[in-house]
Amino acid sequence: MAFPIFLPATRIARLVPVTATTPEARTPDTSVARPDRPFEKPASAVSTRSPASRLAVLVTIVGTALVMTSCTLPAWGAKHGATLQGHDTFKLWQGLVLAAIIVGAIVYGLILWSVFRYRRKSDAIPRQFHEHTALEVIWTAIPLLIVLVVFFFTVKTENNVDALAPHPAVTIKVTAFQWGWKFAYEHDGVTVLGETLQNPEMVLPVGEAARIVLVSADVVHGFYVDAFDFSRYAQPGVTNRFDLTVRHAGVYQGQCSDFCGLYHTEMLFRVAAVPPAQFRAWLASTRHYESIHHTYIT
Amino acid sequence: MTILQERTESGLPHPEPARHEPAHHAARPSGFYEWVTSTDHKVIGKNYMYTSLVVFIAAGIMALIIRAQLVQPNNTLVTFQQYNELFTMHGSLMLYLFAGPFAFGGFANILVPLQIGAPDMAFPRLNALSYWLYLSGVLIMCGGFLTVGGAADFGWVSYAPLSGSLYSPGTGADMWIIAIVLTGFSAIFTGVNLLTTIFYLRAPGMTMFRVPLFTWTMLITGLLILLAFPVLGAAMIMLFADRHFGAHIFTVAGGGVPVLWQNLFWFWGHPEVYILALPFFGMVSEILPVFSKKPIFGYKGMIFATIAIAALSTSVWAHHMFTTGVVLLPFFSLMSYMIAVPTGIKFFNWIGTMWRGQLSFTVPMLFAIGFLLCFLSGGLSGILLASPPIDFAVHDTYFVVAHFHQVLVATVVFAGFGGFYFWYPKFTGRMLRSGLGKAHFWMLFVGFWLTYIPMYALGLDGMPRREATYAAGRGWTMLNEISSAGAVLMGLSFVFWLINLWISWRNPVAAGNDPWDGQSLEWYTTSPPPPHNYYKLPPIRSERPVWDMKHPEHLKVHQPEIHVPAGVASPGPGAASAISMPDAGGSRGSNSESGEGG
Repeated sequence: MAFPIFLPATRIARLVPVTATTPEARTPDTSVARPDRPFEKPASAVSTRSPASRLAVLVTIVGTALVMTSCTLPAWGAKHGATLQGHDTFKLWQGLVLAAIIVGAIVYGLILWSVFRYRRKSDAIPRQFHEHTALEVIWTAIPLLIVLVVFFFTVKTENNVDALAPHPAVTIKVTAFQWGWKFAYEHDGVTVLGETLQNPEMVLPVGEAARIVLVSADVVHGFYVDAFDFSRYAQPGVTNRFDLTVRHAGVYQGQCSDFCGLYHTEMLFRVAAVPPAQFRAWLASTRHYESIHHTYIT
Repeated sequence: MTILQERTESGLPHPEPARHEPAHHAARPSGFYEWVTSTDHKVIGKNYMYTSLVVFIAAGIMALIIRAQLVQPNNTLVTFQQYNELFTMHGSLMLYLFAGPFAFGGFANILVPLQIGAPDMAFPRLNALSYWLYLSGVLIMCGGFLTVGGAADFGWVSYAPLSGSLYSPGTGADMWIIAIVLTGFSAIFTGVNLLTTIFYLRAPGMTMFRVPLFTWTMLITGLLILLAFPVLGAAMIMLFADRHFGAHIFTVAGGGVPVLWQNLFWFWGHPEVYILALPFFGMVSEILPVFSKKPIFGYKGMIFATIAIAALSTSVWAHHMFTTGVVLLPFFSLMSYMIAVPTGIKFFNWIGTMWRGQLSFTVPMLFAIGFLLCFLSGGLSGILLASPPIDFAVHDTYFVVAHFHQVLVATVVFAGFGGFYFWYPKFTGRMLRSGLGKAHFWMLFVGFWLTYIPMYALGLDGMPRREATYAAGRGWTMLNEISSAGAVLMGLSFVFWLINLWISWRNPVAAGNDPWDGQSLEWYTTSPPPPHNYYKLPPIRSERPVWDMKHPEHLKVHQPEIHVPAGVASPGPGAASAISMPDAGGSRGSNSESGEGG
């Protein structure tokens, strides 16, 4: 029912016409029943439908309408994802938040309706009803369906985000330690090292997959760049691998996300994404100098 | 066995008018001596409740210091070390020593025997031991501040190996571990006590499907405690062995596995979230029907939803570990999503309870509705977090902080204080003032949104949690200012509550047995209840015997198999047992005088 909401924008164009027919599929017989009012449903169709299924139809219509009217959903406050992987996450986020807002609006609406509509008006004892099996089945089944649809799109995105390119352009071994980072371009003989007061800078090529091999030298740290919509723990005894394919050149702020001791707050770093030619020039020139490169905070 | 003996000792027939003053009452200890020696579940429950509320205030003050530190960039109100101790102790006190003990030590201890018509908990001395272990834990954990190295400073989750002796050598850390082992045992004993009490000490007629929902949630909570807390205790003992006996369970150097800590910790930690939530769901399920003048909607659906939440909660722990890269993402994601379904059922049932009711907005009802509105927001952001890619993006940021604070404040504070305002008359025999209660509610409600909504925005903008300060250039100042202002409102709202307690103590207004037109059994006895709770019980023919007693005309609607014979006089409390129910079983009918007299 609500599934077009969660699709990445590129797929929406293909699927929307198919789904959009669902609510309008009834139009032919309504037009037969009331040719003067083509969009009004016959009275029987309205009265036999329970409030919950009417809500479900409402969700579909509102969701489809939102998707159709604005193929670009709002960002809902999130970063757009400066990497390909992060951008996939961002698109999932856009869909899921829309779904959450629709579900939230319905439930908030029901709560507020009951609160304002049924405030005490007399001392009469209201009817003591306490169950409705059909309704209970419906409000179990519909959330279950929504959750399964959401799960489907989650797994799709998750596989994209965690996918490893067969031949990454560069492999960087990132070692987190109290309280700093070491970025080792092991195949290229370049190492960047920085601590709390001298934040290191990781240089990446734009548009090419960079493989990050993440380890920790002591306690658990978190490699987190908010503009990439991504974080991953650096843990002793565990080697984590992931790819970053930066979409736009720029300098991005990163920092340790998992609390790691006294100077956790200052365990910062930067990621500079540069065009591939510039990246290779940087590798070559840095290789001439010492393998330890300090960048001082300004 | 103890119960039976005590029952016989005090089971003398009491003269009708003076029932509430047993003959041996003068011999009972009072004041401080009672507080120290009592095995009465109501005294222990009050001890638990007031101790946990003191912990709550202390941890709340720490939260205010944290918010004061974050109100502007590069602030130096506290040092990094002090900040780390503050957020560690804020989380530890709130999670380990307030939220749980407030529910299963305070409310459950007093209410479960009252709701099922039992004279006490099944093991009164074990119950007292639970409390004293808990109090020892509180004193030991807070005592960490008095040590040279300060209190524990590795976060309330104490991830290994940061919590090992190499990185956190202080005595404060050891005291923190010992305190949690002690309170862990206290929780386990309380869990055993609750399960035994609910299974074995229900009054005649109180079948499992007539047990009030709060007691049902406490039964499931007790089961979860028995599943989860032994794992926490074991993990803490392992950590202690690592720190002092060179065990190397969590250190790579000695061949250990650090990530094992996270698995063990969250195997406790996620059921714990529901150990903290379910009792408060139960309180809301008690408050809403009373002030809607209706039965709870979908009583059995609520029970099965509670069981489903508990069952699922044991298989979602690794959603706290999505970013570790060593857990099976789809499984834990699906399980986490699935919890939304039974929680949704509860929401719809709560709405169904209010639907077409006669809602009166007393203070407990306001807090219960506040719970619905606040919890929904935290629940929806929780569904977003169950998606691993989204969790990668916002894990360990203020988005997560906002999420779990919304969820926990909604349950423990909104529902919990709703329960406090609701049952305080029963606990003490005194009413709380309605005006002050409403001021408390509205200030807290406004503060809640002001505090946590900016945190969502901060998290999405990349502000990590547990950061002692932040750079001015990040643009986080205004949102932090709003959040801190909200926190001040929340903090100040509790001043109204304290004044309310003071006034009700100095200038009491008698509550009477049943100030709210209650439905479940506890409203039948006096406020406060006498030792061993009941001298007689009404017939229990549904999950709301006191309502049935007051409204016999609805009994037929509610329990179709029972019919009230014509000509029965309108039964007041004294005439309750006059209702004869021929087809409900003669033995049950004759047991309506059970309880104290036997």
